[in-house]
Amino acid sequence: MLVSYNWLRNYVNLDKITPEELAEKITRSGIEVEGIEYLAPKTENIVVGYVKSCEKHPDADKLNLCQVDVGEEALQIICGAPNVGQGQKVAVAKPGAKLPNGMKIKKVKLRGIESNGMICSLQELGLDEKYIPADVAEGIFVFPEDAEVGTPVQELLNLDDAILDLDVLANRPDALSMLGVAYEVAALLDQPIHLPDESLTVDQSIEAKDYIEVKIDSIENNPYYGAFIVRDVEIKPAPLWMRNYLMASGIRPINNVVDITNFVLLEYGQPLHAFDYDQFGSKQVLIRQANENETLVTLDDQERQLNEKNLVITNGEVPVALAGVMGGANSEVTDETTNILLEAAYFESASVRHTVKQTGLRSESSTRFEKGVDPNRVKRAGVRACMLLQKYANAKVASGVVEVDELDKSEKSVVITKAKVNQRLGMELDEKDIISVLTRLQFEFTQNGEEMIVEVPTRRRDISIFEDILEEVIRIHGYEHLPYTIPQGWVQAGGLTDIQRLQREIKNYLSSAGLMETLTYSLTNQKDAKRFLTPDIEKEPAYSVGLAMPMSEEHSHLRLSLIPEMLRVLQHNIARTQTDLAYYEIGKVFVSREESVTKQPIENLHVAGALTGLWHNHPWQQEKKSVDFYVAKGIVEGLFAHLELDVTFVQTRMEDMHPGRCAEIKLNGNGIGYVGQVHPLAAKDFDVKETYVFEINLEAIFSAHQQIPSFTDIPRYPSVTRDIAFILDNDVPAGNVQTVIKEIGAPLVKDVSIFDVYQGEHMEDGKKSVAYRLLYQDPSHTLKDDEVDASYHEIIEKVNSQFGSYVRS
Amino acid sequence: MKEALQAIESEALASIQKAESSQELQEMKVKYLGKKGSLTSVLRGMGKLSKEERPVIGELANNVRESITEALETKTEKLEREALNEQLENETIDVTLPGNPVHVGGRHLLTNIMEEIEDLFIGMGYEVKEGPEVETDYYNFEALNLPKNHPARDMQDTFFITNELLLRTQTSPVQARTMQSYQGERPIKMICPGKVYRRDTDDATHSHQFRQIEGLVVDKNITLSDLKGTLDVFAKKMFGKDREIRLRPSFFPFTEPSVEMDVSCKVCDGEGCSVCKQTGWIEILGGGMVHPRVLEMSGYDPSIYSGFAFGMGQERIAMLKYGVNDIRHFYTNDVRFLSQYHQA
Repeated sequence: MLVSYNWLRNYVNLDKITPEELAEKITRSGIEVEGIEYLAPKTENIVVGYVKSCEKHPDADKLNLCQVDVGEEALQIICGAPNVGQGQKVAVAKPGAKLPNGMKIKKVKLRGIESNGMICSLQELGLDEKYIPADVAEGIFVFPEDAEVGTPVQELLNLDDAILDLDVLANRPDALSMLGVAYEVAALLDQPIHLPDESLTVDQSIEAKDYIEVKIDSIENNPYYGAFIVRDVEIKPAPLWMRNYLMASGIRPINNVVDITNFVLLEYGQPLHAFDYDQFGSKQVLIRQANENETLVTLDDQERQLNEKNLVITNGEVPVALAGVMGGANSEVTDETTNILLEAAYFESASVRHTVKQTGLRSESSTRFEKGVDPNRVKRAGVRACMLLQKYANAKVASGVVEVDELDKSEKSVVITKAKVNQRLGMELDEKDIISVLTRLQFEFTQNGEEMIVEVPTRRRDISIFEDILEEVIRIHGYEHLPYTIPQGWVQAGGLTDIQRLQREIKNYLSSAGLMETLTYSLTNQKDAKRFLTPDIEKEPAYSVGLAMPMSEEHSHLRLSLIPEMLRVLQHNIARTQTDLAYYEIGKVFVSREESVTKQPIENLHVAGALTGLWHNHPWQQEKKSVDFYVAKGIVEGLFAHLELDVTFVQTRMEDMHPGRCAEIKLNGNGIGYVGQVHPLAAKDFDVKETYVFEINLEAIFSAHQQIPSFTDIPRYPSVTRDIAFILDNDVPAGNVQTVIKEIGAPLVKDVSIFDVYQGEHMEDGKKSVAYRLLYQDPSHTLKDDEVDASYHEIIEKVNSQFGSYVRS
Repeated sequence: MKEALQAIESEALASIQKAESSQELQEMKVKYLGKKGSLTSVLRGMGKLSKEERPVIGELANNVRESITEALETKTEKLEREALNEQLENETIDVTLPGNPVHVGGRHLLTNIMEEIEDLFIGMGYEVKEGPEVETDYYNFEALNLPKNHPARDMQDTFFITNELLLRTQTSPVQARTMQSYQGERPIKMICPGKVYRRDTDDATHSHQFRQIEGLVVDKNITLSDLKGTLDVFAKKMFGKDREIRLRPSFFPFTEPSVEMDVSCKVCDGEGCSVCKQTGWIEILGGGMVHPRVLEMSGYDPSIYSGFAFGMGQERIAMLKYGVNDIRHFYTNDVRFLSQYHQA
């Protein structure tokens, strides 16, 4: 809402406060002033002049030679504007004046003839092009005849006005009107308010009911409709002061009738609509829901398809306006209009909202109806507009208003007590502090013992309960008076849950393992949303959840894996010559088991990693290591070791992963994730090079993880190591043998590690040698050779028979 | 005999002094102190001495032995030190060459911010609550006093999935869920961090996905002053102990009264600068007293309980605290951005 400081002065005395100070006060008390703009920079030596004569320049077709009376002198001025003419009152920049655009006015000669000043257009005086009325947009501005010659144009054109841009939130529709802002400012400054003149003298010889009747078929959406009849209007420009205020408020003046309805809309916050009575087409206003497939050409010349959810004003037959949103072209006020049907109505916000949403049409009117207008100002706004029409359009206003009125105009009363106010605020206000606030806001109240019964004016629709009054009390009294306290009484030991702690632990581990945390979008494209699924998701049909109205295809579906967006992060960095990358992320994936979603998807927390380029690089020592499968797997193994969970890795095949370099991660026999190389073709899709990834469902880890590890005594007896190298068929996974060794060797074998793998020369075709180191230990005694030997031989024998292997000699 | 011993001593000490290798010293040890050494052979003549002379000479002989032994040890040590010094000199390397690079990872800046805020409130006895990111219309709006068609719904553009399902636009549904789970039977002190989504075009100050952290305290006799005090603790801890806060009235459907909290600008210390748009204050977060309808809908009797709630965008806090100038940096994950802050 743009609020003209000069306009506001009509209602509240602002003599002691600058626009800047006022803006600060308004902001501090709840309505944010987003900016202050001065209409035009201060100008001097620009005054009203009277064009005494105007002739063609003898040597230039497009120039006019004017003699202009500016009061104490007459100036000869050459003017190029097409609309300049004898008898006009115009804005004259005298020599020495400086225009807002920086131009300095000097005496000059144009085609041999002296020009002692400049006749200005509104643009040249600093007004924004888009608010300038059409009739003067192409030339100089012409003042009304009563403008006094020699008067500085600054004040006449309201150019010194400051415009406050108020960010009015949904709770304060009252501030969408000058009167609403005036009430607010009056309260803040503790000043009285001067209400506008509503004294209307009607023409007793004409009665509105002879011209129109009103019928409402949809009273729930339109509880009040008032029709005023205004006859014999003289269409002309509105008075200059009104046009100035409209332009300052961001509305372009049109003619007196349209300008007056707009002026009252801004002044009262009540939208009005003027129909050309003679084009209305009947003597009946019928308000109803539109019929299916009915159409209306609105004022912007667009044909609107209507349906039964749109409330329309009709002439009993066809729609003439979209209620509360925009009028129809068929009954528009034009220069030929002489008789007017003026509508002052109350349309319910839900109905207007619906039409606005459906048509995308948003107007000054609809904005106010959507947020709610003051029921007690509807009719008054109509009266005020009639009064202005009478005054500025020489119109006759018919007596009486034809209305249907089922509008609830009652005021709400709210009971407060000083004790309750102080209890909720946590401070000690006196009763007089509270009374002072209510008085400043002009809220009536009565006292009944401890209780104060506050009558809330209907302009403040946002106030209906005790807490609302509480807010008024503290915002007007001032938040700076509130003390600083901390909640007393009940206490609990705050903290993280086990799962939250574990997440931090996993981040600690991965960060110290050399990975950088990323944060990517949950929304990805439809195709990528379903790639790189972990085995627990893959085992049943899984669907991605799509948005009803995505903003772009790139962010249309919720991810089922973190990997695609992480690959995109790799790509972003690679494109910026950052090639050695190791990333991890913890985030949710969204799994729907229904093809068309009806309920909330399962949200699982996942951890994922993506690595590419060099893992280690020390150039001058010629030490370089690229990321490979075992780097990625080592990180995963380290994670599970850190969490003290036993997992196994099983060779697997997955779409989008390298067929020979991918392992499923199993915890207690269930697949919970994978680690491996991205398939080169998938890597190409994402425009990345050789990349290794892992992704694990953390929910499985959370349920398996033991929060408090049990203590194991530190071994007191020495351990013994034994090495065995088995010659295995190439396709026997070394890890399987390792598992078997552990099983057979238990409980004496505490650990089995692989320290050498060999294939190639001196090795039979299709065979490999894998060397295992076994760690023997017994907590109760020092192991004897024969104990170890017995186990060692048993292991050799059983492994050989199970895997068809033999021991390398 | 005495003279003989003294002669051995002075000869031995002199030659030890001259020795240049440990080899030589070894030979001298044999020569003077060995079984066939000169000292031994002198001592063999002890038997011929008188009863009175014997202890005197014996003591002298011992002194000579000790003196030679000590000289040998000292010299050996000296030679070894010299040899080591020489070796170490030869081992000199160029210490200006770069060391082995360590692959350093780290947390995302927003994780650091979130944990910092979490820890601050945990210290004041808050628990940390979480909830689903795909929410129902009921928890995201209705339970927060935003019935369908409420004009304030326009304040947040929502990603709908179906008429009833949506991506949460705020973390407030976690508050509603928590209140409902406690069934109005106990006080609450919680914060809820998490991702939220809004139908915004990504630019320097908007992101269709961002993170919030909200707080909620419900008990008997919670006051607006409690909110002010709590936010003051937060602001001073987060932005520095010299920061001041101020509250301004605002509007949120789920709180009444509602406030916006500003912190005095740390760049200009409240004098006014480009960062605070000449106002001296920077808007940080919103909050207020929990609306009685919200309490009621979640099973808390507003005539017994009152509460305050507040909420903030984590990105905004991070941007203000670290001077990040574009919200998209958090989501493009440029390694050159991330690595600036992993210690933050």
